[in-house]
Amino acid sequence: MAQAAAVAKPPAPPRRRRASATPRRLPYLLIAPAALLMLGFIAYPVISVFYYSLQHFNPTKPWRNGFAGFDNFTHAFTDDPQFWDTLIFSGKWVVVEVGLQLMFGLALALIVNQTFVGRSIGRALVFSPWAVSGVLTSAIWVLLYNSQTGITRYLADAGIGTYGTSWLSDTSTVFPAAIVADLWRGVPFFAILILADLQSVSKDLYEAAEVDGASRIKQFWHITLPHLKDAIVLSTLLRAVWEFNNVDLLYTLTGGGPAGETTTLPLYIANTSVDAHNFGYASALTTVAFVILLFFSIVYLRLSKFGGENK
Amino acid sequence: MITKEATVIVPTPVDDISEPPRPHKKQRRAWDEAPRWQIYLPLGIYLVFTLIPFYWILLFALRPAGSTSLVPWPMTLDHFEKVWTERAFGTYFENSILVGVATLVMTTLVALAGGYALARFDFKVKRAFMLALLCSQFVPGALLLVPLFQIFAELQMINSLGSVIIAETVFQLPLSMILISGFIKNVPYSLEEAAWVDGCNRFTAFRVVVLPLLRPGLIAVGSFAFVHSWNHFLFALMFLSDQGKQTIPVGLNTLMSADSVDLGALAAGGIIAAVPVVIVFAFIQKWLITGFSAGAVKG
Repeated sequence: MAQAAAVAKPPAPPRRRRASATPRRLPYLLIAPAALLMLGFIAYPVISVFYYSLQHFNPTKPWRNGFAGFDNFTHAFTDDPQFWDTLIFSGKWVVVEVGLQLMFGLALALIVNQTFVGRSIGRALVFSPWAVSGVLTSAIWVLLYNSQTGITRYLADAGIGTYGTSWLSDTSTVFPAAIVADLWRGVPFFAILILADLQSVSKDLYEAAEVDGASRIKQFWHITLPHLKDAIVLSTLLRAVWEFNNVDLLYTLTGGGPAGETTTLPLYIANTSVDAHNFGYASALTTVAFVILLFFSIVYLRLSKFGGENK
Repeated sequence: MITKEATVIVPTPVDDISEPPRPHKKQRRAWDEAPRWQIYLPLGIYLVFTLIPFYWILLFALRPAGSTSLVPWPMTLDHFEKVWTERAFGTYFENSILVGVATLVMTTLVALAGGYALARFDFKVKRAFMLALLCSQFVPGALLLVPLFQIFAELQMINSLGSVIIAETVFQLPLSMILISGFIKNVPYSLEEAAWVDGCNRFTAFRVVVLPLLRPGLIAVGSFAFVHSWNHFLFALMFLSDQGKQTIPVGLNTLMSADSVDLGALAAGGIIAAVPVVIVFAFIQKWLITGFSAGAVKG
């Protein structure tokens, strides 16, 4: 959020200073390395994605390469059930992940915001998975879920479930299994952000509510939640975009399988370009993903009246 | 890219200010005085969920292969030895360190230069440049893999660590620059001006007066650049095909995608992957708090 604040702030008023100390070219020289890197490795790739989305481009089938018009897009929307499957799965993944992460994160933040013995260590421990990378999360949960010596074996020993269950290779269990693994790492993100924002709620408000006899639940709905609104809106949006694009975890945990059951749109794009070398089509899919993200972000910020009348 | 948003706020464990005990126990409970069981019970359940996976990986890394014991005893370091030499994690570790350190240095230097310009000058393209920095936050690196691959192929940089270093740096830059320009704005301009009067040129004034004050902020930004490139997987997977060039996350993925996964090796490899991150956070925690709160004051 620091960066949002940084930008909202109007630029510092120009200061007149000795001309000798401020050669006019200096600021341009200073931003040049950053600007060049970003032009070359962000702007140019984005433009080339748009360009290739209108081309047939497949290095393994060069005879078909050439201008395609909107062929790639028509193909995606009318002729490619896998595109729709992966798009729907992406939506499902994002909604379930972000919803659950927010719910648990909020609850966790409210709990560790209380005063109790062992609070510092409690906070440190519940937040700890936050710094774990996607691939390492996968490694940990592959160990937990493996069918011979995973957690199911010990659950079965205790009479829960059956031996030899492999949650990651069964189409009926792979979704919840992947969701839980990502929750493990994702909940602390929300908990930390919300806890930080909770620090700025004025204690006076609660005391006033207390005097008026408001119950704790009422205090939560009428004081805490409105205060947290902007933080929640922003963190859910960022997290949704992030979860949509999150390839590390699913790629390494399930590889999009079993039977394409957990393939998100970005994973499908990666497969289309890397395995099938169909760069033109992959670019078109990427363009679709961009547009969806952009559209979703704008609608979400509008609907939630971000930064609106509440403050 | 978006994750870094979290990192900005994250490491600031909120101060533990213990409330003085309330004098009148009979009074209605205040909001922050929930019954104890309402705190400890859910927290305990959640802690079990959080800690079991950590315990699991330690258990698998330390107990002998084939054991089903629930305590890592008798303890063995065989898995570490095996993964380090046979599975080439020693090489991966070197590569990861190289990528991490190079990304750290490049990100910090480039962001420092750009951040200084943004903080201290008004120039024509400043607003446009700020807007570009913000927008780039919404461009996911994962969706740019193909064009990036083509660019690096044309530059003959596929299979060289340089490609990964550049890609990591580029996607760390925008946020780092915004943060650093905030840190610089916090340093009063008059300090620099005073140094000029004393005969320093702009660069010396910056180095002598401003840079020491930026230390906590730079440590924060640099360590996040390091940790992110250390953890990041996709660029290394796509741009480095030669086994001797790969990084730790790619090595972990290789272990996981084998036909029969060597669980002990995977666990040991995972711990090797986690160690530098833990060390970085342990050592810099103090700096992180001051660094980010300083940056946040002015924004």
